[in-house]
Parts: sequence; structure tokens; C-alpha cells
Amino acid sequence: MIIKVIVTLKNGVLDPQGKAIQQTLNGMNFSSVNDVRQGKFFEINVNENDETKAKLQVEDMCKKLLANLVIEDYKIL
Amino acid sequence: MKSSVIIFPGSNCDRDMDVALKKFGFKNQMIWHNDNSIPKSDLIVLPGGFSYGDYLRCGSIASKSKIIKSVIDFANSGGLVLGVCNGFQILTETGLLPGILQQNKYLNFICRNVFVKVKDKQNKYFKDIKKNILELHIAHNEGNYFCSNDEMKSLEDNNQIAVTYCNKNGDESDENNPNGAIKNIAGIFNNKKNVLGMMPHPERMIDKYLSGEDGSLFFENLLRNLN
Repeated sequence: MIIKVIVTLKNGVLDPQGKAIQQTLNGMNFSSVNDVRQGKFFEINVNENDETKAKLQVEDMCKKLLANLVIEDYKIL
Repeated sequence: MKSSVIIFPGSNCDRDMDVALKKFGFKNQMIWHNDNSIPKSDLIVLPGGFSYGDYLRCGSIASKSKIIKSVIDFANSGGLVLGVCNGFQILTETGLLPGILQQNKYLNFICRNVFVKVKDKQNKYFKDIKKNILELHIAHNEGNYFCSNDEMKSLEDNNQIAVTYCNKNGDESDENNPNGAIKNIAGIFNNKKNVLGMMPHPERMIDKYLSGEDGSLFFENLLRNLN
């Protein structure tokens, strides 16, 4: 089964790429854009049929590799 | 004194480091990332470069590589481990050093000489070093050091900040901070001060005619302190 994960920078952590994207959007006349935060998206194909078990494994992966908890949060979808 | 430089796929400062270590008298050996163990060493160096293409986060894949367990065991038993640039990033990802190196504040790859101030001399790397301000080279896209408030407090309380960005007179104000690193941090120690991670490359400053010799001071000093 495929488990999807989003990793984003924590609130308060400077995101220079997000900032550059926001400024570019503003420059393209998308003046309503107040802020942009950039993140990463993973699709992990786990050899497991039980969704709860699969998500537990992915959570472990997030903590150990996919996210650096100093600056990033993860969300398993 | 024996040193070992670990080579990861994508390391590109490994041979420069080898040249520098040998120039100052280390018997250096090059160790491949897929090896199981490291021969007896007085110093292990994680060199600069782009290990595993900087995939996922800089240093994150190297921090799980086969050889890294030996590096962690060596560090935990008090052995000297030096990580330069990507090596510093790897050390934070292993957890041997706190914090993380984020993308530079202004999104540019920075390649130039900088001045750094030596903040602590109670350690094997900088004890008795002849200058307090060194001119070294940086070349990185992710050198913007960041850590939590608790980690910063602990770094400051234990004098674990090794070097900070400054100008040639030692001024550490914002305009002398090339990448946005918190408190101008260019390098830190672990709490036993046997592990040092720093963004500047001492191995690029060992030739009187090409670069200047503040890197030479660093290596000569380290060797003297190890003897």
C-alpha cells in the first residue's frame, strides 16, 4: 500500500525558498499571496496490507530519516 | 599521527584534505563509505562535497551509510572527528552535533574567503593556535546554522561554539555573516570537544602563494596538540 507523507518546515523557521516564491508571485500580480512555505512530498510503497501498521512504519521512517525534527514537521496523509 | 578521510559518493574535498593532512605530517588513509571499519586512527575527517548528491537533506543519506557506525563509535569513545562543510552537515544529521545547516539566507551559493574568530581554545583543535582570527575559505549552499533555543543555551553554557564569522578585525556584526547562521556560527563542538564541525575549509588555505596559510596554522596546531 502507498502511504503519502508531507514534510514541511516548522512554523518560525526561516524558509528562504518559500519567501522567494512568495515575492515572485507578488511580482506576477498575485498580490493576495501573504506567505508561501515550501515542503517535500513522499509516496512510500510499503509491503503491508494493514493501514495502521503501514503508517506506524512510515512514522518511524519520518522520525529517523525523512524529516529532521530540529526544523521540520511531518504529516502522514 | 594517523588520520582517516572518509569518501562518500559525491565527496569532492577528500583529496584536498588528504594533501593537507600529509603536508603537515599525518599518515593519512582514504576510507570508502561502504567499508565496515576504520583502521586505527588518531583523527577521522568527514570531507566537504555533496555526499549522495545532497539528496533529501545535505548529509542525511551519508549519516546512515555503512561506515558511519564506526565513526559514531569512535567519536563516542573520545576519538577526534573533524567534519568540514558537507562533513559538518553529516555530523549534525548523525546527531553527534546539535542543530542543522539550512539553506543560505539569500539563496546563493557562496564561494569566497571569510574571516572567523576562534571562540574557544580549551580543545585539541585550537589550543595554543597563534591567531585568534583566521582567514579561511567557504563554498556552500547550506551553511546557515540553526538550532533550538535549548540547544543554543547548552552550546553557549559549555563553550561549544568553535568559530564565528567576523571581519578581519573580529567584528561579528550582521554584515559579516555570509549565510544567516544563528549567532554567526561557522563551527561547533560536541560537549566533550572531540568532535568539531565547521563550514570553512582549512584544507584550502595551506599554500603561501595560492591562498594564504591560516589553514596551515590549523593543521600544524592540531598535530602539535595530538603529539
